[in-house]
Amino acid sequence: MAMAPGDTAILARADFDALVAALAADGRRVIGPTVRQAAVAYDAIAGSADMPVGLADEQGPGRYRLVEAGDGRLFGYTLAPQGWKRQLWPPLQRLFAAERDGGGFRVTDDGSAAPEPAAFLGVRACELAAVRVQDRTFDETFTDPGYVARRQAALIVGVTCARACATCFCASMGTGPGLAGGFDLALTELVDDGGHRFLVEVGSELGAAVLARVPTRAATPADEAAAARQTQAVADSQSRRMDTETARRLQEHPEHPRWAETALRCLNCGNCTQVCPTCFCTTTEDSTDIGGNRTERTRRWDSCYSIDFSYIHGGSVRTSGAARYRQWITHKLSTWHDQFGVSGCVGCGRCITWCPVGIDITEEVAAVRDSETGGTGHGSGRHA
Amino acid sequence: MTLARPVAVPAANPMLPVPLRIHAGRRELADTFTVELEPPEEGGFPFRPGQFNMLYVFGVGEVPISISGDPARPDTLIHTVRAVGAVTERMRGLKPGDTIGVRGPFGSAWPVAEAEGDDLVFVAGGLGLAPLRPAIYHALRNRGRYGRVFVLYGARTPGDILYRRELERWRGRFDMEVAVTVDRADPSWAGNVGVVTKLVDRARFDPLHTTAFVCGPEIMMRYAVAELEKRGVAGDAVHVSMERNMKCAVGFCGHCQWGPAFICKDGPVFRYADIAAIFNIREL
Amino acid sequence: MVRVDTLERTIEEHPFFQGIDAPLRALLVGCAANERFEAGGFLFREGGAADKFYLIRSGCVAIELNAPGRPPLVVETVDDGQILGWSWLVAPYRWSFDARATALTRAVSFDGKCLRGKMEADHRLGYELLRRFVPVMGDRLAAARLQMLDLYGPDGKGKA
Repeated sequence: MAMAPGDTAILARADFDALVAALAADGRRVIGPTVRQAAVAYDAIAGSADMPVGLADEQGPGRYRLVEAGDGRLFGYTLAPQGWKRQLWPPLQRLFAAERDGGGFRVTDDGSAAPEPAAFLGVRACELAAVRVQDRTFDETFTDPGYVARRQAALIVGVTCARACATCFCASMGTGPGLAGGFDLALTELVDDGGHRFLVEVGSELGAAVLARVPTRAATPADEAAAARQTQAVADSQSRRMDTETARRLQEHPEHPRWAETALRCLNCGNCTQVCPTCFCTTTEDSTDIGGNRTERTRRWDSCYSIDFSYIHGGSVRTSGAARYRQWITHKLSTWHDQFGVSGCVGCGRCITWCPVGIDITEEVAAVRDSETGGTGHGSGRHA
Repeated sequence: MTLARPVAVPAANPMLPVPLRIHAGRRELADTFTVELEPPEEGGFPFRPGQFNMLYVFGVGEVPISISGDPARPDTLIHTVRAVGAVTERMRGLKPGDTIGVRGPFGSAWPVAEAEGDDLVFVAGGLGLAPLRPAIYHALRNRGRYGRVFVLYGARTPGDILYRRELERWRGRFDMEVAVTVDRADPSWAGNVGVVTKLVDRARFDPLHTTAFVCGPEIMMRYAVAELEKRGVAGDAVHVSMERNMKCAVGFCGHCQWGPAFICKDGPVFRYADIAAIFNIREL
Repeated sequence: MVRVDTLERTIEEHPFFQGIDAPLRALLVGCAANERFEAGGFLFREGGAADKFYLIRSGCVAIELNAPGRPPLVVETVDDGQILGWSWLVAPYRWSFDARATALTRAVSFDGKCLRGKMEADHRLGYELLRRFVPVMGDRLAAARLQMLDLYGPDGKGKA
């Protein structure tokens, strides 16, 4: 049956591997969730056997655990530590290679090699929102051809979360849990009396073409209702909220006492910047062979927390921990709007989970709001 | 804050340097030198005053350097560089015939068209004269479009006066005023000793019809701007050139951020009124 | 012979003395004298009794510090229309720098010792003079601090 964007169908659990095979059929590398070192990571997978079957994640400030849920779900975990940034804006990118040529030099590799086509299997709503935030960074005044090429070469199979972690707050950011466009296919995994199945929504013609190769049956109103209920329950269950209005105005508080206060806890370790799906800061490195005749320039991930991130003329501009902490949170929530027209935060909560001291970005904003309204300054972002 | 985005010069891959040959080089001061590059054959290297390039030394690295030449002469590309680190030290050792990789031009420009009809006050400190020089050239080439022209320059010592011969030539003209001061000197110097802000105080420009371009160390710019305000020049008629760490110059690396602004895209030239609110924030 | 009315006009017209009423002005004129210094001549030396201040009418004066084994360091130049010297106001009334004319300089000097006595007796005069000198000292202090920063030095946050 020829499907069109907006159409839905049901894929049985037993036929899931057929979907993976269909994704791989055009020479695509299928990248999906798998377990690495007691955490979920996105890597090349061959089928459901490689996935975190029956596992769920417990996340809290400074805490991440994978636990047995016993439900056989393929997407029962909620959020891997790192998102799709590893694929689209990799930690190490070769910018160019060059070699000496008389008194000059000549570029031998301009980094324009076409990327391998890929299928991203299991993109969460917040992750997809993050990708679209990063689109604005790398295709703005200037365009990064590598990013654009990798983005175009990736087929996106989204997945709606079946449960939220304690650290999730996508609902208050307006980025989830439902997927709102930008995908080729979207899955909602259902495990109930109707059986273990996936409601599949077609998002593009490319997605329709892939789905056409996979055995599916029509979706019933009961299937649709079950998916909608599940998704709504996820939104309702979120215990953290971001006060987006206060967040947006953080740049009006450069000297807020909260920054110095939290800086006493903050280790400036930069974990938050590594796991945040929208953080994009990089640095460049030049390396040469021993003879000095061939050189390579690479770009690698950096963090605004690193001490010489802001180095000029013999010193760094942001030397204190408070200044660097202020930079990260103010950029993420406030000045990102000025730069890209959206918030840099998608409510995934990774920064809360992976902060060794459990700094909670929603709590930080609530504290600023409370101080504005004369509150205690120790309010939390948690819904009562 | 309103950030005005410049007209970008798109490149297929904005991270690839174009190798340009060094045509000539000159020592300016003990640690400062000027390189003149041969631009690409067709069309030269057009740029607007205040813009900068990323200059790449093969195998060593890249640095952001303002363009210091005459924008009406795109047939040559001039940069004045201070040797302060690995890349610039190596660059200083290059000879005519050697190659420097160039990416650019990047960034916003001194608004020389908007300033037409006004008195022009250039306030420069130290190496800050280098990014201003293209705008001074423009003003002199189009002298009739401006009122009185003042170049007010502060250097460390008489031995650190950049472009000294040129300043002396400008000073000899009848249609501009040039005042130079140094922070300290020995008695063999018969000129002014004192801060450059004092020169602002004493220059006879019409504050209500003045555009000021200020460039130098950040502290010097803060005091110069305060002095201009004291004289009655409005904040939207004062422009400064900011600097931050840069790794890409195209808004991808994130290093040059200053509050909401990317120095590489929204600057380096800023209208003071647009950034007054963040200008004095520490460690921003 | 110096004509008193030209001194009076100088004092009346100079912005530094703006707003001073006739009696006070007359008092100042009584303490004033025209002076002239050839290039290289000293207006005062470090350590000397600070009993005057100067209004520079024309010329240039270098404020200098002398240290053994090196040429004198000029820390500021003062020229047309500027006020020079505030040490006459602060005990122990000794100059802390040399002041050397770098060109032919004409100045009006004011007898600080005489004025000090008069200010003690007439606090209104004291206030009028102090409120004019404090900004001069403030400007010199701010300028000196900026110069201290060595802004244009290699590590002094100079431009790259």
